Amino acid sequence: MNELEEKTEDVSMDAVEDGQKEEQKAEGDSGLGMGVLFFLVAFVVCFLSCWLLFPKVLYSEKSQPFNFNHRLHVEETGDCESCHSFRDDGSFAGIPKISKCLECHDEQQGDTKDEAFFIKNYASKDKEVPWFIYSKQPDCVFFSHAAHVKAAGMDCKTCHGDIGDSTKCKPYEENRITGYSRDIWGKSIWGIKKHSWDRMKMDDCAQCHEKETGEKGSCFQCHK
Amino acid sequence: MKVDRRSFLGLGLGAVAGVTVSPLPWKLIDDVSIWTQNWPWTPVPPDGEVTYDNTVCTLCPGHCGISVRKINGRPVKIEGRKGYPINDGGVCLHGLSSLQYLYDPARVKQPLMKKGKVWEKISWKDAITLVTGKLAELRKKQSPDRLACITDTDKGTISGLFERFLKAFGSNNFYTISSMDKTWEKTFKMMHHSGSSPGFDLKNSDFILSFGCGFIEGWGSPVHNFKINSAWKENKAKFVQIEPRLSHTAAKADMWIPVKPGTDADLALGMCCEIISKDLYDTSYISGFTKGFNDFSNMVKKNYTPEKVSKTTGVPASKIKELALKFAKAKTPVAIAGKGRGYKAGSMKEFTAVHALNCLAGNINKKGGVWTMPFMEYGNWPAINMDSVASAGVSKPVIGESGSVAALFEKINASKKSPVDLLFVYQSNPCFTMHDVKAVEKAVEKIPFIVSFSSVMDETAEKADIILPSHMFLERYEDVPGAFGLVEEVTGLCVPVAGPVFNTKNPGDSILMIAKALKGSVASSFPWENYHACLEKITGDIWDKLSGDGYLRKDANLPYLRPDADFSFAAQNTESVKMEGSEGSFPLILVPVDNMRLFSGVFASSPFAVKTVSDTIIKKRDILVELNPVTAKKIGLSHGDYAMIATPKGTAKVKVHIFEGIMPGVVGMDEGLGHTAENIFIKDKGVNVNELVGPVIDTGSGLDAAWGIRAKLSKV
Repeated sequence: MNELEEKTEDVSMDAVEDGQKEEQKAEGDSGLGMGVLFFLVAFVVCFLSCWLLFPKVLYSEKSQPFNFNHRLHVEETGDCESCHSFRDDGSFAGIPKISKCLECHDEQQGDTKDEAFFIKNYASKDKEVPWFIYSKQPDCVFFSHAAHVKAAGMDCKTCHGDIGDSTKCKPYEENRITGYSRDIWGKSIWGIKKHSWDRMKMDDCAQCHEKETGEKGSCFQCHK
Repeated sequence: MKVDRRSFLGLGLGAVAGVTVSPLPWKLIDDVSIWTQNWPWTPVPPDGEVTYDNTVCTLCPGHCGISVRKINGRPVKIEGRKGYPINDGGVCLHGLSSLQYLYDPARVKQPLMKKGKVWEKISWKDAITLVTGKLAELRKKQSPDRLACITDTDKGTISGLFERFLKAFGSNNFYTISSMDKTWEKTFKMMHHSGSSPGFDLKNSDFILSFGCGFIEGWGSPVHNFKINSAWKENKAKFVQIEPRLSHTAAKADMWIPVKPGTDADLALGMCCEIISKDLYDTSYISGFTKGFNDFSNMVKKNYTPEKVSKTTGVPASKIKELALKFAKAKTPVAIAGKGRGYKAGSMKEFTAVHALNCLAGNINKKGGVWTMPFMEYGNWPAINMDSVASAGVSKPVIGESGSVAALFEKINASKKSPVDLLFVYQSNPCFTMHDVKAVEKAVEKIPFIVSFSSVMDETAEKADIILPSHMFLERYEDVPGAFGLVEEVTGLCVPVAGPVFNTKNPGDSILMIAKALKGSVASSFPWENYHACLEKITGDIWDKLSGDGYLRKDANLPYLRPDADFSFAAQNTESVKMEGSEGSFPLILVPVDNMRLFSGVFASSPFAVKTVSDTIIKKRDILVELNPVTAKKIGLSHGDYAMIATPKGTAKVKVHIFEGIMPGVVGMDEGLGHTAENIFIKDKGVNVNELVGPVIDTGSGLDAAWGIRAKLSKV
């Protein structure tokens, strides 16, 4: 083979290789495009399902034994403390015992189905109502209502919101892992709150403490 | 476009990114952390309203006031009741853990009847019918005196109902377990007045001479005494402990005098001799209020000079003289007796000798001294309706000459056929607490029918034919009059603070049910509808105060008796209580030891109490005996070695605890271990020292006053 022929062959070989590279580039772009597409689809599907579906899996919805009209009772009694009272030793009684209910409901007061149900199944049998407690904190948490309500003069609403104005009980959403109410984390799965009563996590306690007292407080104040 | 591995990579990355920026991982981390800090399987006591109920602890004769902390009505903790006259807020570890008795798996949960060797459940109605049938048979055979009853005390309305039942039925055979209280009562009967007992004003004493009393190991009213012991430290009072081993009481005393076991009486009489010889006694009291002093004086001068006593007791004569001088020179000295917790009776010679010291000091009915307290006037019992069968029955003498439980069992064992056909056992466990357990068991087995009123399946209940289970003290009403040795009258009221957890009854109600079912004069002697009505009626005027405050205290204007003393019995110089066994075959002396952490009374120690016992007393299932290094070396034993202890009453495998605080030649062994009844917490732990020690009847009192026994240790 002479020199020209050799050059010609070289050129032709280069051209072939270039053609192959072009083809490969075109194919590589399309592969990346599919990868990006798959990435985006997976991202959106997972993100949305973890945002929207995860809470439905995490929380099981339970109904209270019967409907309770807070607004009606507040109108009758005038305040929260008539039922949610402090004991003689200063501790907070929380949800009232049946004996407290019987102070008024020894017999039916109104004509609602819920009260009739209460009288029939609980009051007449002197049996405690197995309420689900929306604001029950984990057992490792110590909280003194007296220190907040009596000493610091806080309003119930600051932590418990407008429950006193409600006319029926919302469903109780129980966290399947912890066993506690959804109200502790808050309705928003993002943990975003608009009001002070939207969440009852440690950070929310600390936030208020920092604002009111200048410091977040120490561990053993609550975790005794 | 083509789906390739990059697409899948994109899919995976997208999924990971999507999940990561979603709330899921952050929420899960939070939830898992809450879950791990509140394991759902960890029991959490329910929260609720905290209340306190006051009642009285009757586990031991101390009778402390306790406060039961309750959450939503459920008892969760026992605390000492503040302001209660006996213990003022203090509580011992047994009272503190008494909630464990409430839920004890060893509790008898409903009436049981023995068929062969198996317990069968039976209804209360059938149980009462069965017992009543057996009782009616006795009356039909005109032999009501073949019924006997053993209880721990004769004080209070429940014991009163048992005693009354026996009388109305026609039997005198009502026995209470002997303790130091009885010896003190007999001592006071001999030296002062019948119907009186001592009130020791120890809080105001400045010199206390204790002859083996486990003052901080449960003697008398334990928590009351803990507080007095603390007060002494502040008042600079001097406390001298006389006993052969360095007990906790001896270790905390200002002076410990090791004395040969069983020679306490000699030491006390030696001190009396020195006080009299040196004219250190209170002449105005001795000349004005006593009789028999000259005889006593001559007797001690002749037989108990410090030099002679020194040889018997092992205490140097100079020490005896020094002690006598200190005692006589003190402003308010008191001498006390009753070994360990005082759950066993003592020798009359020892108790009268010790009390002679109190009389020589003239410290009778004085502040800081010993007061002559008449038995509390208590209870408005109506007359018993006695029919001819009952009258004939009670005209017969009590079985066993001295009227003690030991004498009863001795009589049964000595008879071919048991003189007792039916036995009630209430609040006592003779098959564990009495000396020579095997002989007691033999006697119990000879009795054809035994009715136990026990709350738990203890050693004696196991031998019964029927059990009518009682509420334990936290579940029942009961009046608790007096505690031994106090200078005030305190009557407490036990009230139900829990349950009843099981199908049990107040023993007062059980006895009323039996009486009513018997009909006739027996039933008419029990006119009360139930025990509560009986309690209210019998306590009468004091009921309102009792039920209102939970106790009634009388510490002023008490009807003290005259301080006259009679030395005649002490002057007789009766024989000391000797120990069983010969020195040749058994060169050592075994002495039972009381420990505050082990309960040696009716109840077995609670699981909590057992866990607090040192491993120099019990290690795994082995009991350790205390041995002086000199004695151990002679036998060739080292600490932790297994050894076989043998006494005339039995043998047992033990471990050795080398202890320099015990006199050479003496072996110390703790009381309260070696339970054999079905109790998962304490069964087969150690050895019951009562299996190794036999009863020795004191001629002065007729009570079993054994304080030890000869023993031999050999290497295993």
